[in-house]
Amino acid sequence: MNNQSIFEAYPRNDASLLIPLLQNIQTEFGYLPEDQLEKVAEHIGIPLSRVYGVATFYNQFRLKPLGKYVIRVCRGTACHVKGSLDILRILESELGIKAGETTKDFMFSIETVACIGACSIAPVIVINDEYFGGLTPKSIQKLIKKFKDKG
Amino acid sequence: MNITINNIEVWANPGETVLEVAEREGIRIPTLCYLKGFSPTGSCRMCMVEVEDQGRLVPSCAFPVYDGMKVKTNSPEVRRARKTIIELLLANHPQDCLVCIRNGNCDLQSLAAEYGVRSYRYVGQRRKGKLDLASPAIERDPEKCILCGRCVRVCHEMQNVGAIDLINRGFNSTVAPAMDRSLNTVACVYCGQCIVHCPVGALREKSDQKRVWEAINNTDKLVVAQIAPAVRVAIGEEFGLQPGEIVTGKIVAALRRMGVDTVFDTNFAADLTIMEEANELIERITLQKTLPMITSCSPGWVKYLEHFYPDLMDHLSTCKSPHEMEGAMIKSYYARKMGINPEKIFVVSVMPCIAKKFEAQRPELGKEFQDVDAVITTRELARMIRVAGLDFSRLPDEGFDDPLGESTGAGAIFGVAGGVMEAALRTAHYMMTGKDMPVIDFSPIRGLQGVKESTVEINGIKLKIAAVSGLKNIDVLLKDIQAGKSEYHFIEVMACPNGCINGGGQPLPSTPEKIQKRTEAIYKIDKGLPKRCSHHNQSIQKLYQEFLEKPGSHTAHDLLHTHYIRRNRY
Ligand code: SF4
Ligand code: SF4
Ligand code: SF4
Ligand code: FES
Ligand code: FES
Repeated sequence: MNNQSIFEAYPRNDASLLIPLLQNIQTEFGYLPEDQLEKVAEHIGIPLSRVYGVATFYNQFRLKPLGKYVIRVCRGTACHVKGSLDILRILESELGIKAGETTKDFMFSIETVACIGACSIAPVIVINDEYFGGLTPKSIQKLIKKFKDKG
Repeated sequence: MNITINNIEVWANPGETVLEVAEREGIRIPTLCYLKGFSPTGSCRMCMVEVEDQGRLVPSCAFPVYDGMKVKTNSPEVRRARKTIIELLLANHPQDCLVCIRNGNCDLQSLAAEYGVRSYRYVGQRRKGKLDLASPAIERDPEKCILCGRCVRVCHEMQNVGAIDLINRGFNSTVAPAMDRSLNTVACVYCGQCIVHCPVGALREKSDQKRVWEAINNTDKLVVAQIAPAVRVAIGEEFGLQPGEIVTGKIVAALRRMGVDTVFDTNFAADLTIMEEANELIERITLQKTLPMITSCSPGWVKYLEHFYPDLMDHLSTCKSPHEMEGAMIKSYYARKMGINPEKIFVVSVMPCIAKKFEAQRPELGKEFQDVDAVITTRELARMIRVAGLDFSRLPDEGFDDPLGESTGAGAIFGVAGGVMEAALRTAHYMMTGKDMPVIDFSPIRGLQGVKESTVEINGIKLKIAAVSGLKNIDVLLKDIQAGKSEYHFIEVMACPNGCINGGGQPLPSTPEKIQKRTEAIYKIDKGLPKRCSHHNQSIQKLYQEFLEKPGSHTAHDLLHTHYIRRNRY
């Protein structure tokens, strides 16, 4: 679906469609690009500041693209008990970003998630769709290096 | 219905809020986020009162009355709750009062004093926000913002601009333009109404006081000041005088004592604007050019049109705004007459307006040098008068310098919404019939409504006219023009509700009572002047004889008219 047709599905000047339209754009682009926000403001007929206000109010919306590798760190109870906080801190310092952020080269994003149902191999992280369990401070460093080298 | 407030029975209308009834009864309830005339958001909780049977405190600005209701506005519990709210606000507020623009005129500061806050009880993390100093007119200091949302409602609902909004959430919430950009990169029109409605020092004008002092202290410069029609009926408030007190002569005296070399009157240029604008109107009607013609003396309005309706730019009168005309005449006609190199002249406009700071920088408003070098607001002039150590109320009344200081009642009423229209009609009538209007006062376009319209017949031509103030009110008329349905010949637009007397640079706070008083004072000036039509201004007649020839001449076009620029909406 190209972006023209995203807008076609929404009648103009209907402010109640703002959130569904933003959701649709995020699904399409993976985030909300600035030029798309302008198009939304134009289409819905409301100021850009309001579109931006709504987009930054809801956690579900991302204003920046995610990295090539999205690392989801489980912060559920089982993982926590097995040291997931250490894992998170190491990731953050290795990549120089905080949870919720993306590296400048758009290679890595870190997110935290609640239990992802893999408690038996806690602590767990998921990189894109691949699970990595039983992590230790050592193994997580190796793992990240592997991904960095892969590019 | 009847309700009881603080054990006194009072009468109330169904649908009213507790706050509205209390205000009518003269019972003060403090507020922060409440904005008269707008739907309440009930977000700051400052206005909380006790209502029997409610079991909790309720925000009076959003709580409707019911029959038999018993309210306490000042019980110990209420006072304690309000004090806590203030203390929590102070917990993440930069405690900067001594160096803050609103020191002595700040709702948060005075509430803290009123509720006896004597220590910082909560230590909080300070809210962070980007100081935005980039625009030529308005500065934003988000760290001082208490998130009351008043500026946002004013910008969206009163001015229909929507340049700023509440962005982010929770602790990171702040008020900012889209993408957290600077104000000068979005479609802000610099009306300054957000400043007028901000209860604290989070929004302020970009100060030009320093530049003016530098020019005054520079012996190489001839500093020429001019004062706008609306300044003289408002600045007295800054010095404890009654709202609406006319202090023209004292302002002139103050400027001279501050070291300004020459003091002219923007009212003179308002008369000049009328000569050019009335002539342009008649030309557009007789030559069947673009109609309706819309006034161009409110730079906030002009910028609004450039951003949001650039296709209608041909409807704007090509006349520069009065202070720009004055500047242009100072640096050409006056300079030549006096044998002064215009490069040495520094023109300072004292204006009720924030947008004029931006306007003065527009590259097309000037030839080799800008027509106007600095714009200071009424508030800034008051600060400079204080710095100069002058006891304003005891200054003598002095007169303007010649020849750009003479003015008529028509020039005076530029300060109120509807005034430009009325002044233009007086002269258009004369230009079309050779006679003055039988009745000079034109009441249909006086008054404080946002839209006023009427029809006047001059020489058998029925002119349909409207005077609009507050940008929200102009949209319907502009859409009609776009659709080819507009029947108007002439429309006056002022960006600020009720015109310049309520401009973004006027003394704070602005209340409906003050607006009323300032308006009355403007009409009083008009009524009291021997000449009330611009074409009777002798200095204007002389200016045309000696320099401009006639309205709309080549020289007039060169110096007194301008063009507009397409701008983006986002
Ligand atoms: S905004 Fe008010 S309370 Fe805050 S520093 Fe300025 S004067 Fe003080
Ligand atoms: S100056 Fe006017 S347009 Fe700009 S943000 Fe303030 S209220 Fe909105
Ligand atoms: S900038 Fe002023 S008016 Fe706007 S939300 Fe902050 S405190 Fe309120
Ligand atoms: S707690 Fe981490 S997978 Fe369940
Ligand atoms: S003034 Fe009523 S809640 Fe803010």
